[in-house]
Amino acid sequence: MSWRDFVHNRRAVVGAMILVFFVLVAILAPFIVPYSPTSIQFTPNLPPSMHHFFGTTVNGQDIFSQLIWGARASLFVALICGSLISLIQLMMGVFAGYAGGPFDTLASAVTNVFLVLPSLPLLIILAAYLQGGSLFVLIGVIVITGWAWGAKVLRAQAIALRDRPFVQASRISGESRWHIVLAHIVPNMLGIMVSNFFGAALFAVLAEAGLEFIGLGNINDVTWGTMLYWATEGDAMLLGEWVWLLVPGLCLALLGTALGLLNFAVDEIANPRLRRG
Amino acid sequence: MRYLLRRFGVLLVTLWAAVTVNFALPRLMPGNPVETMFARYQGKVSPTAIHSMELAFGLNTRTGEFGQYLNYLGHTATGNLGVSFSYFPESVRTLIGGALPWTLGLVGFATILAFLLGTTLGVVAAWRRGTAGWKRASVVDSGLVPFGLMLGALPSFWIALILLYFIAFRLGWFPIGNGISPGQGIASWSGLGDLIQHAALPAITLTFISMGMWILVMRNNMLTVLGDDYVKFARAKGLRDRTVMYHYAARNAVLPVFAQLAMALGIVVGGQVFIEIVFSYPGIGYLLLQAVENEDYPLMQGIFLMFTVALLLATFLADIFYVFLDPRVRLEAGK
Repeated sequence: MSWRDFVHNRRAVVGAMILVFFVLVAILAPFIVPYSPTSIQFTPNLPPSMHHFFGTTVNGQDIFSQLIWGARASLFVALICGSLISLIQLMMGVFAGYAGGPFDTLASAVTNVFLVLPSLPLLIILAAYLQGGSLFVLIGVIVITGWAWGAKVLRAQAIALRDRPFVQASRISGESRWHIVLAHIVPNMLGIMVSNFFGAALFAVLAEAGLEFIGLGNINDVTWGTMLYWATEGDAMLLGEWVWLLVPGLCLALLGTALGLLNFAVDEIANPRLRRG
Repeated sequence: MRYLLRRFGVLLVTLWAAVTVNFALPRLMPGNPVETMFARYQGKVSPTAIHSMELAFGLNTRTGEFGQYLNYLGHTATGNLGVSFSYFPESVRTLIGGALPWTLGLVGFATILAFLLGTTLGVVAAWRRGTAGWKRASVVDSGLVPFGLMLGALPSFWIALILLYFIAFRLGWFPIGNGISPGQGIASWSGLGDLIQHAALPAITLTFISMGMWILVMRNNMLTVLGDDYVKFARAKGLRDRTVMYHYAARNAVLPVFAQLAMALGIVVGGQVFIEIVFSYPGIGYLLLQAVENEDYPLMQGIFLMFTVALLLATFLADIFYVFLDPRVRLEAGK
């Protein structure tokens, strides 16, 4: 996998461009929001206009400002969950697969149990137990439910690489296990790991929004998920305020598509058989 | 045979582990919500309800942790899941039994339809790509892949909301919620029509959003298979494209996809929680939300346990199915 492969892959480039756009929006949010996203000073239920691009909510908040602010939570969740999940997968998948022995037996047993715990209901139940969850609670729940499948895939890869000559050579030369894993195994499966990172980030973004939508997050945060929660609570449908329903989901869908494109494209770049049939 | 016995052993061990996790979960939570709730309800609700909590959580102040665990295992094994709080005095088992047919019908149908449509599209996409010239990427493939990716990346509850608003609410083509009109029975033709009318929009939504995954998985598997020598040879031999496509490549490419279908069917029982919630469809997912909103812990616990068992059984059946489907596994299993 090289930089050139990435730039020449149209799906990767489109995905990266959308992602960068949202990252910029999230970072610059405090400077570009026209109004405070939590301020309730406006007339409720205004239709879209020059002052309020997407109108106002039932509570008199500016929807456009909320939308910009909402990018922050989603990207934060994507980054943190993606990283933490990748880290767990590195431990439970790559390291365990390479090291073998009792640790591997234990790790794959745990992985298999987590694989059969249905993740979405588990998410909902965990979030329900940890009532009034802040964003961090949601992140914890998402990480716990989202790592198992990738760990299984990575473990198989690590086992396939374990007995390659270059790995054996470094083992004989007395390098430590973690050094071998990080310096020889991981670089050879980087494509899959990066692809998994984006897959995990996508799962996290959708899960966070979904949990918030059914009221299991902190409903006072301004995120795309809570916007949709308030839109249904505020009867946006009956009031005909469909823009309020439409835009947060559209942003989620766009960000999700970007992460999905990157997940797919990196896999494609790393796996030569997919590149050309 | 030994292979099947081993798989069955694995099933039992995982089942035990999953039940144990289910037992431990509420206890590991900060502040122990179960104990808190137990203390809160003590003296307020009937002894039956208290007993129900003891059943559902194995919680019993008179026995120690280990005794509670044994109790819990015993009750769970005999299918005694306790009594619901919010629907008192209905038992958790009755509630789940009442909601399950709705979910199985709706989600099962949509899952199978999405699988059929998605894999077919995946085969076509891969074929067009695999046989197109070196430079010219096929239009079908470069259209279907982003389409599939987008479907997989859409927040399902939002798509459901939008369709509900525009198609059911504004255009009025479909009813806005529920599984059937009040007072209708399904024993008559009109009742059946009513049932289908209510299920149509959720089913369309579900099929639509779950199709993406199958397109992508099938396409990638097909591409891998199309690179194999026997496919090249079949083409070189001059066999018709359709024959090579469906009888040579797709048959092999679909094998790993079946494993995922089994998983997906196992998850069917869990319902598409978000879809059922948005359409207020009276299935398991909707029941779960109500359990969560009413802090009905026995019901939550029971539903989750059932999800886990269903998923486990599905993976087990997939393993068995594989033995019949794939001679290579059969060979290995015979060893």
